[in-house]
Amino acid sequence: MTKKGITPLAFDEMMNADNSPRQPYSTYNDWYAAQDKARLIAKSREAENIFRKTGITFAVYGHADSSEKLIPFDLIPRIISGREWRKLAQGIEQRVIALNAFLDDIYHKQEIIKAGRVPRELIERNVAFLPQMIGFRPPGGVYTHIVGTDIVRTGEDQFYVLEDNARTPSGVSYMLENRETMMQMFPELFHQNRVRPVENYPYLLRHSLASLAPPGCEGKPRVAVLTPGIYNSAYYEHAFLADMMGVELVEGSDLRVIDGKVKMRTTRGYEAIDVLYRRVDDDYLDPLTFKPESALGVPGIMDVYRAGNITIANAPGTGICDDKAIYSYMPEIVEFYTGRKALLENVPTWRCSEADSLKYVLENLADLVVKEVHGSGGYGMLVGPTASKKERTLFAEKLKARPANYIAQPTLSLSTVPILVNKGIAPRHVDLRPYVLVSDKVQIIPGGLTRVALKAGSLVVNSSQGGGTKDTWVLED
Amino acid sequence: MLGRTANGLYWMFRYIERAENSARLIDAGLRMSLTRSEATEDDWDGVLQSSGVRDIYDDLYPALTSADAIDFLLRDKSNPSSVMSCIDSGRNNARMVRTALTRETWEATNECWLDLKTMLARRVKPADLPEAIDAIKRKTALIRGAFHGTMLRNEIFNFSRIGTFIERADNTARILDVKYYVLLPAVSQVGSSIDNVQWESILRSVSAHRSYGWVYEAEYKPSNIADFLILNGRMPRSLAYCYDKIVSNLGYLAREYGEGHAAHATAEGTLSSLRSHSIKDVMDQGLHEYIENFINHNNRLGQEISDGYRFN
Repeated sequence: MTKKGITPLAFDEMMNADNSPRQPYSTYNDWYAAQDKARLIAKSREAENIFRKTGITFAVYGHADSSEKLIPFDLIPRIISGREWRKLAQGIEQRVIALNAFLDDIYHKQEIIKAGRVPRELIERNVAFLPQMIGFRPPGGVYTHIVGTDIVRTGEDQFYVLEDNARTPSGVSYMLENRETMMQMFPELFHQNRVRPVENYPYLLRHSLASLAPPGCEGKPRVAVLTPGIYNSAYYEHAFLADMMGVELVEGSDLRVIDGKVKMRTTRGYEAIDVLYRRVDDDYLDPLTFKPESALGVPGIMDVYRAGNITIANAPGTGICDDKAIYSYMPEIVEFYTGRKALLENVPTWRCSEADSLKYVLENLADLVVKEVHGSGGYGMLVGPTASKKERTLFAEKLKARPANYIAQPTLSLSTVPILVNKGIAPRHVDLRPYVLVSDKVQIIPGGLTRVALKAGSLVVNSSQGGGTKDTWVLED
Repeated sequence: MLGRTANGLYWMFRYIERAENSARLIDAGLRMSLTRSEATEDDWDGVLQSSGVRDIYDDLYPALTSADAIDFLLRDKSNPSSVMSCIDSGRNNARMVRTALTRETWEATNECWLDLKTMLARRVKPADLPEAIDAIKRKTALIRGAFHGTMLRNEIFNFSRIGTFIERADNTARILDVKYYVLLPAVSQVGSSIDNVQWESILRSVSAHRSYGWVYEAEYKPSNIADFLILNGRMPRSLAYCYDKIVSNLGYLAREYGEGHAAHATAEGTLSSLRSHSIKDVMDQGLHEYIENFINHNNRLGQEISDGYRFN
């Protein structure tokens, strides 16, 4: 893979250097070779029409005119062998268990701080740390009911965790719709390859949530999805998940605290909710506790929560795990709570809050990726190798002004998977977000969301920055 | 079911109904200007008044011209009853209640919005108007078809239908309210061509110029036209038909919920008055007063439904 624009030596997941297919792709490659390319291009357009018609869109903030956009879908699947997956899944499970133990610890005894493994100020001064959660244990001791662990690959056996999404990981609807679309368009591929199913995700999610009903729940737990409303960028996903789970999709204006319970206004009167899968940020959840001007939340819900009359998923205060400075301590965190070395590696990370690291980062800006500790969605980051000199100079100023706001990582040569282009196929960089459900057990959905940078050579896969998605197959082997 | 969902369904179908109605009014207006040698601004004034947006128009345009009136009714975002505004609002409500809709109903609504957004992105040329109006009718008909073909007949269906018929009754009543004087026996000169054009225009505004002929044997007669639009229980846009549907859908809700509301008595009262009166009674009472009274009652019913079922 030395094509122009592609990082030299990037590991391609479909083709070996000698142009033979890698083992997980061998069946697929035979199929692909027999396809009429014009038909594939036509299928590609058909897929786009399906997505547009269905309204599978997301909103890009700051684009008033084009408020609803499609995420481009590429129809060449990302294929992972069963053996590769088992290894990944073990690492993810270990990490998710550690994240929950870490959250329980920082809101209770804070042993990891006392042991000197993580600095106190990094936790207690963190904007995502919620003092309201101190001393409170959510039902079942579960903080992060749904986790998305972003993983990148750089070689045959080399995987890294890029970030943890423990607050409200999004994108799972694309995982499901991508699979649905592929099965509609190419049913024969699913006869030829033994692909592990992902379509039972809504069922698993509903059961996982219901199994963590609060102590105050009487009878069958009633689950609802809380959305900020139709103008939220992920509204489609909120509606989709509520629909697939067969539960109500509620907004803050539907809910009210009555007699110590959170109740929703129905056409017959107010009815209690036991488990709330909320897609509203902590800050907006309860205007009495957090942002007073929030119209998206429910006044008083935190009191109901602490009284054991509702389960909130994910628990408030879990967002601290998404902090990229906390991320840099994950190897220590995993080892501290599981007693074993982390199975999945972290990307080496420089904390710019430390003087030595800041110096190194400033000197090597052209080779590094610099991210805001609270950033997400690919906003506010610098990709050193592709940035202009001017961009780097400007960014260096920001770094010097607020070093603790940044971390830096080496520019990884992310693996590539081909996408369909007019002339055939061409490799593009990808990452992977598997979805994990936590209840009394940890369930990892075999597959996930593969995001792909559509521009040749680009390493930024975020949909808000022009990335696309692929169906992700985990093979049964 | 959430009160907000019931509200969303009710308004989704009111807006889709209103979009169709606006298209039909434009159609009738166009037809009138084609069949008359000296098309007058009065024709478009009547159309704007039937749509209830004459005031907004005057705030925005210096004069009444047919080109501006058509554009205003078709695609002006500042006109809440323009076809595009209605489709926008209808589709936004559909997005809000998406979990209550079948995939087919949602997709038909979304496609209608996508297609009309493209078609109405800029001013429609006069030559393209018939095709545009046709497309609006076709796209909204597809929503209706998907809805009828796929939706479960439960409370979701009932709230949607109630929205459709409250809006439709309002639309028909407004057309009568603006044009009532041409139906008064004292004023009209039976058989004159002016009257024929006016009457045909009324019938076209409710897509009934053909069916009128089947029922009343072609001859235009003001009291027959009034009878058709107000009392005829077989005519799908008449006040009587709309109320028959409202009462039956409210009835399903009352049976399912085991309780009724003020709305039930109001709707039944209106229906029984529509059933017991003859057109002569209506004319004797005064057509204008009758219609005004009806519009007020219809609005009150909408409010009572919203209160009874906790829309807000």
